[in-house]
Amino acid sequence: MWSRRQGRLRPTVCGVEELRRRRREREAALRKARREQQLVSKRLLRDDAPEEAGEGCVAAILGETEVQQFLRQAQQGTEEKEREGALVSLRRGLQHPETQQTFIRLEGSMRTLVGLLTSNQALLQLEAARCLHELSHSEQSTVAEACLPATSYLLTYLSGHSSDFIELCLYTLGNLIVESEAVRRQLLPQGIVPALAACIQSPHVAVLEALGYALSQLLQAEEAPEKIIPPASASSSILASTLPQHMLQMLQPGPKLNPGVAVEFAWCLHYIICSQVSNPLLIGHGALSTLGLLLLDLAGAVQKTEDAGLELLACPVLRCLSNLLTEAAVETVGGQMQLRDERVVAALFILLQFFFQKQPSLLPEGLWLLNNLTANSPSFCTSLLSLDLIEPLLQLLPVSNVVSVMVLTVLCNIAEKGPAYCQRLWPGPLLPALLHTLAFSDTEVVGQSLELLHLLFLYQPEAVQVFLQQSGLQALERHQEEAQLQDRVYALQQTALQG
Amino acid sequence: MQLPPALCARLAAGPGAAEPLPVERDPAAGAAPFHFVARPVRFPREHQFFEDGDVQRHLYLQDVIMQVADVPEKPRVPAFACQVAGCCQVFDALDDYEHHYHTLHGNVCSFCKRAFPSGHLLDAHILEWHDSLFQILSERQDMYQCLVEGCTEKFKTSRDRKDHMVRMHLYPADFRFDKPKKSRSPASAEAPGDSGERSEGEAMEICSEPVAASPAPAGERRICRHRSVSELFLKPVLNMCSVLRILGCTWAAALLILNSER
Repeated sequence: MWSRRQGRLRPTVCGVEELRRRRREREAALRKARREQQLVSKRLLRDDAPEEAGEGCVAAILGETEVQQFLRQAQQGTEEKEREGALVSLRRGLQHPETQQTFIRLEGSMRTLVGLLTSNQALLQLEAARCLHELSHSEQSTVAEACLPATSYLLTYLSGHSSDFIELCLYTLGNLIVESEAVRRQLLPQGIVPALAACIQSPHVAVLEALGYALSQLLQAEEAPEKIIPPASASSSILASTLPQHMLQMLQPGPKLNPGVAVEFAWCLHYIICSQVSNPLLIGHGALSTLGLLLLDLAGAVQKTEDAGLELLACPVLRCLSNLLTEAAVETVGGQMQLRDERVVAALFILLQFFFQKQPSLLPEGLWLLNNLTANSPSFCTSLLSLDLIEPLLQLLPVSNVVSVMVLTVLCNIAEKGPAYCQRLWPGPLLPALLHTLAFSDTEVVGQSLELLHLLFLYQPEAVQVFLQQSGLQALERHQEEAQLQDRVYALQQTALQG
Repeated sequence: MQLPPALCARLAAGPGAAEPLPVERDPAAGAAPFHFVARPVRFPREHQFFEDGDVQRHLYLQDVIMQVADVPEKPRVPAFACQVAGCCQVFDALDDYEHHYHTLHGNVCSFCKRAFPSGHLLDAHILEWHDSLFQILSERQDMYQCLVEGCTEKFKTSRDRKDHMVRMHLYPADFRFDKPKKSRSPASAEAPGDSGERSEGEAMEICSEPVAASPAPAGERRICRHRSVSELFLKPVLNMCSVLRILGCTWAAALLILNSER
């Protein structure tokens, strides 16, 4: 069921080194954008990627006269092929920002294009929609906002039947949505949420993926937590619509699960959940059990397929689960956690191993879930012990300071539950690992190590002797002067000397 | 990172929860200077913790440049013509035909042959343009339903409805699929370029091109039957009204009869 996503990705003709360099640049740009809270990305569907051209047959920039000419031909030409050809030429020209600017400055151009979009000639419609799509992808606000007159029609066509056309409309809408709040202020009253809710019942996978994309753009908007997600915002509300149930359906493991579609809806769910608007509602819809089962499924898939981009789906699923587990509602169903299946822990560790090998930057997210699972759950803490997962956990300590702190936190979650748990933590690799982390310079890592030591000494006093024998006191001394650590260091030294 | 070999087996086995070991906390555990408390953590949207995952997500969005034509290539078939009476459009790919069919023949009004993008708009059109009972009922109550998906407002006239759509839903005033119905004068034949439905990229105003001048692109013939309004509407309506008077039916019952006749 987890098959390799059928490549709609086109490899370019560039060299590998060039690709890597470009990717690093883009990554740096994205990080910067995120720090400035301006993370915006658009999707582009195009039938000939410019890099593919190779021989330099990239479309030329069109001047004003040419744009006018093509528009006139498309509108008034006598031969259908001629009209279509004119639009194709226009579309190619519109790949250039300069042509886009020329187009939007030309009076009546958008009107004509919208007229073609709404004509009854199927192929003209499609080409006009592609022109619009190119414009929607522009990074310049003026160009994207020039597409606004077309939005009521794009929305209307979502309840049509031609799946290719609907897909194109959805990607165009998704690009426009993310452009600015001004655009969204038009799209929301125009009924984009009900239109999407109606469209989500489409059986076409490509349409669903496009819809997920458009929806994720809408949910990512800054004003989404106040104006788009909450049930109280009436007709433009996501939570008041049938969308959440359908989204969860798309995430149910089984033969119908499509990875590309699931990725989009998992991100949608993440944006909703981390807005913390009405998470009990989602829990009521079975979000925890659906996501839990999906996690198990992912762990199974990760063992079988290489490089299927599964971390793209794993990331939002982990986030959703972690955030949902903090809701009080989780505890109220029968007084127990809805998520109790031990397999979740097994699955999580399989994913942690996968991240360790393929995507270490996602380790903190996995460990975050582990913390939320174990914090208030004696059952999950016991699972970690009985499934022999302490040693694998310790193997993650060297990865980074952030990861170290989280590993130590999880261990504290276990240790703080009392002697029965600490007995299972010692003897074993834990004490040597702690002596090792005490040598770190990072204050937070050392601080968490001290907390764990304290718990271990309290519930398993035999450990003290071994600690002393292995030069534990010297390890502590190193941090005597550190302001944030002094008190705890001193307390531990006292305990050790008295023990 | 080495996982214990039994772990995969555990994953494959059935659901279950571990019987928890007894919990027994000593108050000294949380005594100063130590302050650890086990608690689940939540991160809001913009938290820096999410930076890496978000960046990867956006790299993915930007990465994919998808082909418009599906991979593999659109399957080509031997050329065939559209089977709808009067339409001679020819195709050599099923996708093109599907799109053509849905656009031109899919939601077509059987009375006036206008095509609509969705069943929803077609239904509204038939009700408002071709259902004489609708006209009568609308004099007593608000019958013109807002065309925006999800909005349940109704209005007395199509003008009021349009105003609502423009003001509340920010729709264009010349929205192509909400043309006001024209008067029922028997003399006015409906020109094909009428009301924008069939005009080909023209401005959305009603264009009064004579039939002969309207371009008929090669390979596609329009269904250009002109029937005067009287032929279409008045006769059957008049018949219906007299029948109703004779039967003394209520309007509601009359609607039922009309619907079943369609």
